[in-house]
Amino acid sequence: MIELVNTAYTYGGDELLSKISLKLAPGSFHFLTGPSGSGKTTFLKLCYMELMPTSGSVQIFDRDVTTLTRDEIARNRRRIGVVHQDCQFLDHLPLTENVALPLTVSSRDVGSEHDNIAELLQWVGLTDRADALPPSLSGGERQRAALARAVVMSPDVILADEPTGNVDWDMSLRLLQLLVELNKMGKTILVATHDLNLIRAAKSQVAARVLRISNRQLQLAGADL
Amino acid sequence: MTQLPKPISNALAFLGSDEPSQARVVPPTGFTARLTVLTSAAMAFLAVFAMALSLATSRLADRWSNELARTATVRISAPVGQVKAQVAAALAVLRSTPGIELARALTREEQEQLLVPWFGPDLPLDNLPIPALIEVVETRTGFDAEGLRQRLAGEVPGAVLDDHTRWRAPLVNAADKLRLLAVLALILIVTAKAAMITLAANSALAANARVIATLRLVGARDVYIARAFVRRFAQRGFLGAAAGTLAGMLAIAALPRADVAGGFLTGLGFSGASWFWPLTIPFLAAFVAYLATRYAAMRSLKELT
Repeated sequence: MIELVNTAYTYGGDELLSKISLKLAPGSFHFLTGPSGSGKTTFLKLCYMELMPTSGSVQIFDRDVTTLTRDEIARNRRRIGVVHQDCQFLDHLPLTENVALPLTVSSRDVGSEHDNIAELLQWVGLTDRADALPPSLSGGERQRAALARAVVMSPDVILADEPTGNVDWDMSLRLLQLLVELNKMGKTILVATHDLNLIRAAKSQVAARVLRISNRQLQLAGADL
Repeated sequence: MTQLPKPISNALAFLGSDEPSQARVVPPTGFTARLTVLTSAAMAFLAVFAMALSLATSRLADRWSNELARTATVRISAPVGQVKAQVAAALAVLRSTPGIELARALTREEQEQLLVPWFGPDLPLDNLPIPALIEVVETRTGFDAEGLRQRLAGEVPGAVLDDHTRWRAPLVNAADKLRLLAVLALILIVTAKAAMITLAANSALAANARVIATLRLVGARDVYIARAFVRRFAQRGFLGAAAGTLAGMLAIAALPRADVAGGFLTGLGFSGASWFWPLTIPFLAAFVAYLATRYAAMRSLKELT
């Protein structure tokens, strides 16, 4: 799915990540932890082609990202659902249309997916906010909406950056449940989080591995937390 | 839209938002949109005049170079007693010259008519040493002016051949220059319009940078994003230009006709089938808007991953 080989990313002369090697196998579930500013978000950006590695290579769906055309990048992104830390929406469109946006831009028939979208909104508890405009949503609602948008295309890989940062514990568990279900359907999941409780909760349901970024390096964290 | 001709309403349907999803992903804008429509209308209005000027000067140049080229005048200045004999001699020479279809001495009355605009009516022509005039009409092949001039000099000493080239050439030249200016004006209008649309598109793209980044991250291809903007600007360019063209054509139609004033001038208007030409302006405007927006959009998208 996604493979990094000796990947480094240098930002303004400072190496943020160096010699990172990792293979996200299909159907795997990973957590990514590390202190703030350690490069978790940068790591995720490398995985969804917003940033290109400054050295080493990143392979996505068996293609080196530096060889991809812009259209190929766009098509690959349809197979990777991303939940951003600061999720951006189209503020002039209601929530339903925002959730359906990946379908819209890939020219899929949104009408025929109507039931799926309704179900998805119910999953993330936003059914009664379906017609709300994004600026009127709370931080937690935005994150749930972002997760719904990330999975609407039924992507092969889901990358989430602090998806439970602004939601309460019950909702965190519900979002985790959704990710676990998707993982059981064979999706590859990578979640960047600070929340060790969430990782513990996940470990009881799924064989999740925990990665840790420290000192610009990626390490496999110990089995017990 | 029901009152518009069919080709125009068809084009509007093509330009119109029959693909709502693409049109919707970019938030609607009010003020810049109206400015774009307004400038487009102003440019089209000017383009109609430039086009009219270019067509009118073409007509003028054609008329002066073709119609007048087929006529010439022979002037005979001779002592009063010899005029009649010399006119007869000159007519004989002219009628035996190949390439001349008609040679005819102007009558007293006709000469009087020619002088009326300068000297007023009731001119005592008999008391004045007015030269006799012979009107010559060429055949399509024309005659050899230099040969004729020499024959006339030999046989009719008082005759001077004027084939009009002397004063016709600078007029045709002036008309050609004027046409060149009109075409240049059209080119400048199109360029200014392209520049204006590019500026407007750039500002729209900048204002929607977040929307574009979001679209890109959820997997939209460049073409998809560009099309949302291109469609909108082509539409505005077309609508504005259609209004401007209509106003320009009405203004041209309302101009007084210059044909009554003088046969060899021409009105700054369209005639017959040339009324079709200004109708192409809205389509040209839409096309220019399309190209300019596409160029601006693709260029600004390249800066995103």
